[in-house]
Amino acid sequence: MKHAKTATQNACKLCNPLGACLAFRGIEKCVPFLHGSQGCATYIRRYLISHYKEPIDIASSNFNEETAVFGGSHNLKLGLKNVTQQYLPEVIGIATTCLSETIGDDVKGILREYMKESISRTGEPILIHASTPSYQGSHIDGFHAAVRAAVETLAEKGVPRNLLNLFPNMVSPADLRHLQEILDDFQLPSMILPDYSKTLDGGPWAEYHRIPPGGTPAAAIATSASAIGSIEFGSTLEASKSAAGWLESKFGVPRYHLPLPIGIRESDRFFGLLEAISQKPRPEKYDDERRRLVDAYSDGHKYVFDKAAIVYGEEDLVISMTAFLQEIGIRPVLCASGGKSGLMRKKLEALIPDLDGEGIKVRDGVDFADIEDEAALLRPDLLIGNSKGYTMSRKSGIPLIRIGFPIHDRFGGQRHHHLGYRGTLELFDRIVNTVIETRQDDSEIGYTYM
Amino acid sequence: MEQIGILEGREKQIFEKKDGGQAFDISCETTSLSGSVSQRACVFCGSRVVLYPVADALHLVHGPIGCAAYTWDIRGAVSSGPELHRLSFSTDLREMDVIYGGEKKLYASLIELIEKFSPKAAFIYSTCIIGLIGDDIDAVCRKVAKETGIPVLPVHSEGFKGTKKDGYKAACTALMKLVGTGPIEDISPYSINILGEFNLAGEAWIIRKYYEEMGIEVVSTMTGDGRVGAVRRAHGATLNVVQCSGSMTSLAKDMEAKYGIPYIRVSYFGIEDMSAALYDVAKHFPDRPEIMEKAKEIVSREVRNLYPKLQKFKAALSGKKAAIYVGGAFKTFSLIKALRSVGMSVVLAGSQTGNKEDYLALKEMCDEGTVIVDDSNPVELSKFILEKEADLLIGGVKERPIAFKLGVGFCDHNHERKIPLAGFEGMYNFILEVYQSVMSPVWQFAPRKGGSL
Repeated sequence: MKHAKTATQNACKLCNPLGACLAFRGIEKCVPFLHGSQGCATYIRRYLISHYKEPIDIASSNFNEETAVFGGSHNLKLGLKNVTQQYLPEVIGIATTCLSETIGDDVKGILREYMKESISRTGEPILIHASTPSYQGSHIDGFHAAVRAAVETLAEKGVPRNLLNLFPNMVSPADLRHLQEILDDFQLPSMILPDYSKTLDGGPWAEYHRIPPGGTPAAAIATSASAIGSIEFGSTLEASKSAAGWLESKFGVPRYHLPLPIGIRESDRFFGLLEAISQKPRPEKYDDERRRLVDAYSDGHKYVFDKAAIVYGEEDLVISMTAFLQEIGIRPVLCASGGKSGLMRKKLEALIPDLDGEGIKVRDGVDFADIEDEAALLRPDLLIGNSKGYTMSRKSGIPLIRIGFPIHDRFGGQRHHHLGYRGTLELFDRIVNTVIETRQDDSEIGYTYM
Repeated sequence: MEQIGILEGREKQIFEKKDGGQAFDISCETTSLSGSVSQRACVFCGSRVVLYPVADALHLVHGPIGCAAYTWDIRGAVSSGPELHRLSFSTDLREMDVIYGGEKKLYASLIELIEKFSPKAAFIYSTCIIGLIGDDIDAVCRKVAKETGIPVLPVHSEGFKGTKKDGYKAACTALMKLVGTGPIEDISPYSINILGEFNLAGEAWIIRKYYEEMGIEVVSTMTGDGRVGAVRRAHGATLNVVQCSGSMTSLAKDMEAKYGIPYIRVSYFGIEDMSAALYDVAKHFPDRPEIMEKAKEIVSREVRNLYPKLQKFKAALSGKKAAIYVGGAFKTFSLIKALRSVGMSVVLAGSQTGNKEDYLALKEMCDEGTVIVDDSNPVELSKFILEKEADLLIGGVKERPIAFKLGVGFCDHNHERKIPLAGFEGMYNFILEVYQSVMSPVWQFAPRKGGSL
């Protein structure tokens, strides 16, 4: 079937406000708040809960017909008041939806008014607003918009300090913990934003926490303007849209822009940068991790060499995964994303100059109907991406290796590592084992020694 | 423990049953309070819930991607044949579409999807933004229906235009356009439609089997393993049997007005209500006493089989306390009875969409001290669960992590279930799940049971 396609069939992306809510969940004592209909907040909550398995309270200004006609000012103010009363937040992260964006609510103006009216009340939370209309971009854009909005709202000029900002992109809670560990091991004081490593992967509670413990404190975000630099992961994340870009242009904080560190080369670049910034050699522990990874590459190379894979998901994740697959001899025959920054091909070329010569197809702005059509032609050995590719995997019999978000059909998606030597090793093990398992299942004999 | 207060504007939606306490005047059926973090969804959700299991229809969501993405294959509604309902279609509106209107994109999408999937009908869901930009989806639907020869039905489900209940109504309005368009000559006078039963994990098949065993023809299960053809013939049935308090009552009422078909309300959860559902239908056919005879036979056979199996659970669960927070209030009645049958009591009973009658009935049923709540939120639910020392919470996906964080057992009773809980075998599954969660040894490590943080 090769006629032009208009409708999106099984989307390989989510909407802008979801990403914003996720990022806001990574700020300490912050309640995400959607300015729009009740349904957006509820759907996004249940979607996030299915992956993270944690309570995720997202407030809504709960538009009705009158609000849509006369504007959302009243509902927004009442909502903020109620959230403040019930959750006692220090921060409220407000993201707009298609509804409030289209009626043209001047959210910044309403928030100014609200602050003025509430000036006599003490303990009023800080309000952060991100513009996230769902008819623009996808969830990843909402994520970055919220991170940038947080920095724009909170960062203040101060005395320069020995502090590194890290904007890690939409990575797993386990990855966030790993990144924190790495920075600590380099003895680099740091500010990671967002940090939902505890708020979306925490312990049991003796009493109800209105807001789960954890997250980047507002005070720490405030110091980001005085940092010695910002590292920002994300190949397609442009300075004009990013928090680090804003800090650089506004406060002269140098922006170090890297792809997500997956694979040896990209991890080397990240650790190399940390060595340069900290003026310290890479701690022995990571030398060991790197050695184990190289060793694993040797032990496993025959299982994976020349295998063909389709990799899909957010553009940045796809780009870094592709670089890693190339490194281990897997042919990434299709790199696909529902996102459409317009940069994916260019950024992939920066890592793999001869994409066409290597037989690597790149397609952005696609859905699962497109990916399935491609899979039928390309007949890859492996699918690598989120849970939503399971239907395709089941139909085609091609095994799926689950990475990123969302993972709705397996347990522990929030605890997957993807980054650094450790994350790469975990990914490599899973890929090799998937190949072994497929060989074993396909074997008529059923060897127990593969 | 830190005191958690109730929001101003919500006090009247919460009631505690006490002797000589306040007069019962619960406020309900209102829109959710802004900023209250309601567990409710929106009009679109209501429509999508009702129409979702019509498996041979195309379901196209007209709007930005979120609404379609979040409802892609999330439910346990199974089909015995086509599975179009499990796919997710969206016009995925972009900024330019919002500026210039989405009608062309909707038209092109419909034509190409109908060509590709050959559905028996198409439902077009209008989302928030469509209500604002004013796309004439009715006109597009008429045009496409004419060109393709299949019914193309607009569903006016703009998220902000009311509550989830208004979405049910919009879906029923769309279904009503199908009803009455199929042949009914060969339908038996001893026939029913099953309404508001969504065939989660095959529940409609369980129910259908009982009725057919009684000698009753089931014309349509409407939206449980739903088929367009069956909906078209639904006006040929003698009786509509409606489950659930809200979702399909308006269709039953419309069919009563237009086709003179009476309806009764039933529930298929728990021994008591399941039995009543069979008896109530049998009573409707007094000229055929063998139908009632058969109903009695089924009930006695199933209860004889089920009762001994429940005793082990009853011994373990007696005296345990449950909290219930579900979508429709009608389900709560059944759950209270079902839990009582294994010796459990209910300390919190609430729903997202109950009406005054529902809550009055709940008040009658509940024990002293039970909290009754309308349109609640996580902060309140946790407060009551802890204060009332519940051992179990019954709810949906959004309630699950609240229970688990606090070290409380949990049972899913929503549209995403993959295990049937209806009918007599469903009752066994339900109590088994309650037992497996409440009695699990993992709770010994929960801080409130003495575990360390």
